[in-house]
Amino acid sequence: MNDLNKKNSLKSTIIVIACVLAFWGLLLLIENFNLIVPGGPKLFNPTSKLFMVLRKVIVYCLIAVSMNLLNGFTGLFSLGHAGFMLFGAYTFAILTTPVSLKVPADGIFYKYGGSVVHFSLQEAFQAIFGTSPAGERISLILGVLVALIISGAVAAVFAYLIGLPVLRLKSDYLAIATLGFAEIIRTIFQCEVIQLPGGGELVLGKLTNGANMIKGFPTLNSFNIIGENGKTALYLSTVVPAIIVTACIAIIVLLINSTYGRSFKAIRDDEIAAEAMGINLAKHKILSFCVSAFFAGVGGALYAMFATTYQAKPFTSVLTYEILLIVVIGGIGSVTGSCIGSFLYIACSEWWLRFLDEPMFIGNFQVPLLKDGFRMVVFSVVIMIVVLFFRKGIMGTKELPDLFKKKKNKTKGKVNSNAG
Amino acid sequence: MITTLLTGISVGGQYALIAIGYTMVYGILRLINFAHGDVFMVSGMMLIWFVSSTPITIAVPLIIVVTVVLGFLIERAAYLPLRNAPRMSAMISAIGVSYLLQNVITYLTGGQPMTYPTIPLLAKTVGIFGTKQTMATIVTLPMVIVLVISLSFLINHTKVGMAMRAVSKDFETSRLMGIKINNVISVTFIIGSALAAVGSVLYFSNYSKIVAVSGALPGLKAFVAAVFGGIGSIPGAVIGAFIIGICENLIKATPYSVFSDAFTFAILVVVLIFRPTGIFGEKTVDKV
Repeated sequence: MNDLNKKNSLKSTIIVIACVLAFWGLLLLIENFNLIVPGGPKLFNPTSKLFMVLRKVIVYCLIAVSMNLLNGFTGLFSLGHAGFMLFGAYTFAILTTPVSLKVPADGIFYKYGGSVVHFSLQEAFQAIFGTSPAGERISLILGVLVALIISGAVAAVFAYLIGLPVLRLKSDYLAIATLGFAEIIRTIFQCEVIQLPGGGELVLGKLTNGANMIKGFPTLNSFNIIGENGKTALYLSTVVPAIIVTACIAIIVLLINSTYGRSFKAIRDDEIAAEAMGINLAKHKILSFCVSAFFAGVGGALYAMFATTYQAKPFTSVLTYEILLIVVIGGIGSVTGSCIGSFLYIACSEWWLRFLDEPMFIGNFQVPLLKDGFRMVVFSVVIMIVVLFFRKGIMGTKELPDLFKKKKNKTKGKVNSNAG
Repeated sequence: MITTLLTGISVGGQYALIAIGYTMVYGILRLINFAHGDVFMVSGMMLIWFVSSTPITIAVPLIIVVTVVLGFLIERAAYLPLRNAPRMSAMISAIGVSYLLQNVITYLTGGQPMTYPTIPLLAKTVGIFGTKQTMATIVTLPMVIVLVISLSFLINHTKVGMAMRAVSKDFETSRLMGIKINNVISVTFIIGSALAAVGSVLYFSNYSKIVAVSGALPGLKAFVAAVFGGIGSIPGAVIGAFIIGICENLIKATPYSVFSDAFTFAILVVVLIFRPTGIFGEKTVDKV
């Protein structure tokens, strides 16, 4: 039995790795298709809708999986993801916006006379690796990676502080309390000056730029390799985030399949029974909360890179709801499902259903109802149908390797996905 | 100072009207009806549309009826099929309904802020305690008191009220006793929606414009009020709403005004940690 399990799990691992590698290769290929074959399809232009959607999907995958870890695998119904994303995005933006943009009094922090942060990570690395093209490249990549990790860490630290009191609550109370915290975080990031009781004041705007936009930090397009003639020699703006996100998701999957992951699932299935089996509830809950926040923070930072500018305003509870709906559509408790869910959600809302927003004519007859916003109406009706009638979502609790198994192996598949 | 206090009481009363809807539904279904704030917003939008074609004296009763129908339909369509599903599914469905309502309203209004009509009776200013206040501020408190008294009469002295109390105590047993659960739940939603409609008239008359997300924040605050007072308890929700309304307006008068919303949630977290069942909530014991 053990042998069989090992063999099966090896097979699943190979399948997953093959799929991931194929996905990376495909991305790299189609993104550079027009460089290799000039005049290829317009769809493969790196500025086309396809790549905009793909990049957003990739970022959302990570955020959705991190939420699934909490909601689907640990059974903690938390709605604080927008807050964690904010921490990640702000940390990233503050650490990587070039000094020339943020320090001068007339830069993007002009309202507050310049930022208090007098360095940026990639420029700090440039001091080590030099400013030759290769040195710049290495320092950019190192700077971004370190900034991403710090973003996640900051989100995780705050999640720990929030989690200490909040995780004592159960189900809906937890949902509301985390939702409340996310709102508080947003208010603080948007706040410009806090009057201290002693009469002094804390100018938060010097750090966060208040409710104003932060821009100029490295974006996903910074990953593209520029040739000597000033033209892009190799497009990497979709593949690099894909690799970063896959690495993060791989860590989450490894965690889910470890002893900790099994404890998380036990807590989800029955808290009291889990406690009786000797699982330390508080410790595991806070671990899951912090890990989830860490990756939500990284996801938030990537989202900032995707969006190229950053502002706290749109990070309301609606964003959290969106991610929750993605998790539900994909299947609560399935990592693969969350990825598929993000793809369908983003592709539908940003791309496939776009035609619903434009007036359409068939001959002289104008199709009624079609105008700005109709897409979202249709979309939310579809979501309601999924929520009401396909409660298990697309994948249920199945994972990618389960799809390759024959029906008669069904029971074996179940054992397998638990054992990894 | 008096103005702040009076505004606080009036805002508290408006929150109370929404909070009752939350607390009653939670008491019976153990469901946070996330869509309630949006029902409240839709009712405000309805008034804008009705006022353009009918006189205000007809429009106001009309929106109460329409909101009631909306609340009833939402319950039948989105919550009834999930009666036996895990609690999380129903909550997700509620979030979905809220998303749907917001998107429909965004579609219908084209995303533009809509101008809320001035209701002559409520916009009139009167002098009280040496300050000038609008009528809306003054009438809220007596109105809430009247509505709450009649509601508690309904719950304590009528047959349907008795059924409601029974259902909120024990879902399964009351079904065995022959109570038609679905009807009782519908009545709960109807009462909640009607109160939200009344609340929306009072609340939005203080604002000149409303948009599709206008209901989210008052909805959340009313929910906090319901939790604060002990979710499931109507007097608790009302008292909680008044406390939150008054505190919020007191904070708005200080240099910390940006934190008035954050404060509401801070209250929520503190209450949940030290007294998870709220001020008037009953202590529940989980049985294994």
